[in-house]
Amino acid sequence: MTPQARIRNFSIIAHIDHGKSTLADRLLERTGALTEREMREQILDSMDLERERGITIKAQTVRLDYSAADGQDYVLNLIDTPGHVDFSYEVSRSLAACEGALLLVDAAQGVQAQTLANAYLAIEGGLEIIPALNKIDLPAADPDRVAEEVAGVIGGEPEEVLLLSAKTGEGVDELLERIVADVPPPAGDPDAPLRALVFDSYYDSYRGVVCYVRVVDGILSAGERVKFMATSEERGADEIGFLTPKAVPAASLGPGEVGYLITGEKEIDKIKVGDTVTTARDGATEPLPGYSEPKPMVFSGIFPAEGDDFENLREALDKLSLNDASLVWEPETSKALGFGFRCGFLGLLHMEIVRERLEREYGLDLVATAPSVAYRVTTTDGEEMEVRSPQDLPDPAAIAEISEPYVRAMILAPAEYVGTIMELVQARRGEMGAMNYVGTERVELDYQIPLAEVVFDFFDQLKSRTRGYASLDYEPSGYRPADLVKVDVLLNGQPVDAFSSIVHREKAYEYGKRMVERLRELIPRQLFDVPIQAAIGGRIIARETVKARRKDVLAKCYGGDVSRKKKLLARQKEGKRRMKMVGSVEVPQEAFVEALRVDD
Amino acid sequence: MSTIDLSVRPDSRRLADSAADAATAYIHIPFCARVCPYCDFAVVAGRDDLMDRYARGLVADIGMTEPWRPLDALYVGGGTPSRFGAERLAAAVGAVRGGFGLAAGAEVTLEANPEDWTPRLATGLLEAGFNRVSFGAQSFSAAVLLSLGRRHLAPDVVSAVRTARREGFPSISVDLIFGTPGETIDSWRATLEAAIDLDVDHVSCYALTVEKGTPLSRAVAQGAAAPDPDLQADQYELASESLAAAGYVRYEVSNWARPGHPCLYNLVVWAQGEYEAFGNGAHGFRRAARFRNIRRVDAYLEEVESGKRPRAGEERISGWEAELDRMFVGLRRVAGVADGPGVEAFCRSEEGRRLIELGIVEHAEGRLRVVAPLLTDAAERVVLSLAPEDRTAGV
Repeated sequence: MTPQARIRNFSIIAHIDHGKSTLADRLLERTGALTEREMREQILDSMDLERERGITIKAQTVRLDYSAADGQDYVLNLIDTPGHVDFSYEVSRSLAACEGALLLVDAAQGVQAQTLANAYLAIEGGLEIIPALNKIDLPAADPDRVAEEVAGVIGGEPEEVLLLSAKTGEGVDELLERIVADVPPPAGDPDAPLRALVFDSYYDSYRGVVCYVRVVDGILSAGERVKFMATSEERGADEIGFLTPKAVPAASLGPGEVGYLITGEKEIDKIKVGDTVTTARDGATEPLPGYSEPKPMVFSGIFPAEGDDFENLREALDKLSLNDASLVWEPETSKALGFGFRCGFLGLLHMEIVRERLEREYGLDLVATAPSVAYRVTTTDGEEMEVRSPQDLPDPAAIAEISEPYVRAMILAPAEYVGTIMELVQARRGEMGAMNYVGTERVELDYQIPLAEVVFDFFDQLKSRTRGYASLDYEPSGYRPADLVKVDVLLNGQPVDAFSSIVHREKAYEYGKRMVERLRELIPRQLFDVPIQAAIGGRIIARETVKARRKDVLAKCYGGDVSRKKKLLARQKEGKRRMKMVGSVEVPQEAFVEALRVDD
Repeated sequence: MSTIDLSVRPDSRRLADSAADAATAYIHIPFCARVCPYCDFAVVAGRDDLMDRYARGLVADIGMTEPWRPLDALYVGGGTPSRFGAERLAAAVGAVRGGFGLAAGAEVTLEANPEDWTPRLATGLLEAGFNRVSFGAQSFSAAVLLSLGRRHLAPDVVSAVRTARREGFPSISVDLIFGTPGETIDSWRATLEAAIDLDVDHVSCYALTVEKGTPLSRAVAQGAAAPDPDLQADQYELASESLAAAGYVRYEVSNWARPGHPCLYNLVVWAQGEYEAFGNGAHGFRRAARFRNIRRVDAYLEEVESGKRPRAGEERISGWEAELDRMFVGLRRVAGVADGPGVEAFCRSEEGRRLIELGIVEHAEGRLRVVAPLLTDAAERVVLSLAPEDRTAGV
């Protein structure tokens, strides 16, 4: 066990691409955590997708041994935080395991909304903040201006902001010293009952669930029976240890120490991030504060493009869930798309990542319905229900009230874009709260906006209207009643469930018109006229027609070449096989994908 | 005497079915002055030097074939057979006559380009035994002919048809192409009227089709206008009305004839009768096998010159497949196909029933018929996927 006075627990708060992973590599290198041979670029972002997108989905953690200038040896635990708005609960738990945080900001780009949100989380959590600018070696770096900004956000003097280049290593030694000097050593009572915070977990196919824990009070010993307080699961602590980043078993972890715990548990949802581990006997009575269940915010139906893939999709979701307790799903049947799953995600990025992993890692071809949110409906009978799919919305006559989730959206952008942002947010039914300058050139806008409007290409719109300069962060802010209706799309008189959507009444016409126009382009001509209609209840609000195909015949039989004509028609037939039958209308797979695409 | 009575209506069911019993042959002449941009047939341009060798090759090819009974029809197509010259054509017909014999009154057709046609050629062909000529007129509009890459103009067609008539050809046909990009409905109407005015016995109207690998398909890929299927449908309907009003009877998707003048050779193909095939790239069907000859002229010649049958492939057709083929080729006819296991399967299949409900296909009086000819391939695709078990599958 390491004496508490020699421990420093910290995390790095940074925006995507601001250089967190590179800096982490540098720290590993400086402290000799890995030999050069073991050193691999960006070791902390291990998932392919994470590396590609430059974001961290799962937190990683590493113990660094550091001999400081004061002649003492210290243990520095770097606790990585997931870097996206969807994972703010996970971020908060990672921060709760630390006493300090390095606020790392790109010296050219400045503070981003998400960094801001996480920095506020850290400040609220009482963490010591070490501000630093990265990429000072870049020609575009503007350290004076950005230091001013950073100081404005966290309070303090611009001179206190560290200047770093993770790439060249400049400033890294100074950073290590600052961590030792500024981050307080962990408090905690070694004699109190054990309380260790689970701040992350992952599934290992050999060992089962591996939890990352930070001991707050007491001592976690290998071999002991432990209890997860939120779920009351009791397990043996089969193995505990440190991450250097290799797993190094240890006999015990004392207060302030960070490491891993393996109990042989196979089901990831039995072990919740934010839960408190205590001893099974004479354990703590009060868990550590801050635990909550991750709640899915965004829902989408995921269907295999080929019906035969249903079981493969189920298997793939099962496997993904092993490592992602926040992914929820249940079987869903669509008349148009067949058998699939209604999946709940923490947010849009989470949704995208899951979809991409399903396609990439499991080789599945998927059709996903437009993202929707969870509505709360009170029926005229006084029954309350949560509606996660337009299909489940009761008949309008049976609805007494329907409310939708709102989020508090924080947008950070150069002042010149305030006008265009306000326009966009107003068009999305947003209400402005506060507007504050961050530094001298940028503005932080605070909005209340329906989540449904955010999930519908809001981020893309925001980016394109501000040339990529705006950043966005959001957090749930409760439900509000709204005038919402379900718009159905009918093909040849039959509603196509996959195209139904719950929208605000004022936007229903626009939505319906856009859908029928798109579908008219996407649905090939059939042997009969196909009316495409958008409707609210029984009322048609938009209509287009795909005119019947008039000519479907080859001019000649090719001078007796019957085989050739057969081949040609067989090919056409093959093309038709890839279509989904909606009633008697043939709809190409791409039509579903294209019609539900939100980005134009 | 040929066993087939052609004097009935061209769309007669008896004629359609009896054609299956006729014996016919096709001879391919690949030579062209130049290749039309839309053509994907086995043709060569600028190799007229090969003509004599090719004529000898044909004779050798015909000579290697097992004896058969006298043919009811012989069709010489191309390419541009009219460029091949009366003497070479006579040699080929002579070889057929010597090998199989031609039944009395047998139909002997030559495809001809109007610009090649002369009284001398006409006389030579009549002497060789030809009694039917099919002119590649394509259009009477100069603009359309130009964009089709043809080398003749309307007056050449008029003159060719009159000469053929005057020299005594008993049956004259013209081929027309509609739906060339830029061709209006009025221009097409004028072409139809001009053909009708010539009082020909038979008219074929083909929609211009963009075939893969042709200069036309490359042009379209690069942005040139493609045929508009809706305009082609309008043009087809106009052809149907105009030709019917002028006494022509449609008997297949693209073919109209006056009584006594349907093309027997084609009727045999659509009835799944047997046809021999000679020349490069020619396709035949004999003894329950579909076969095709080597497509390249030089390779074809080398094969026949070394005494080998010039086959590039052969596929035996029997049982269920033969039944589906019978429907596949037969449904192009106005007469449709007579009941059989395939028709039963069609009527039981979901897709087949649907086409009947939509009024595209009709099942009546012991026959299955496509009544919306422009949608024939919708029915053909259903035929392709019929399985024998559909015959007994419940509804």
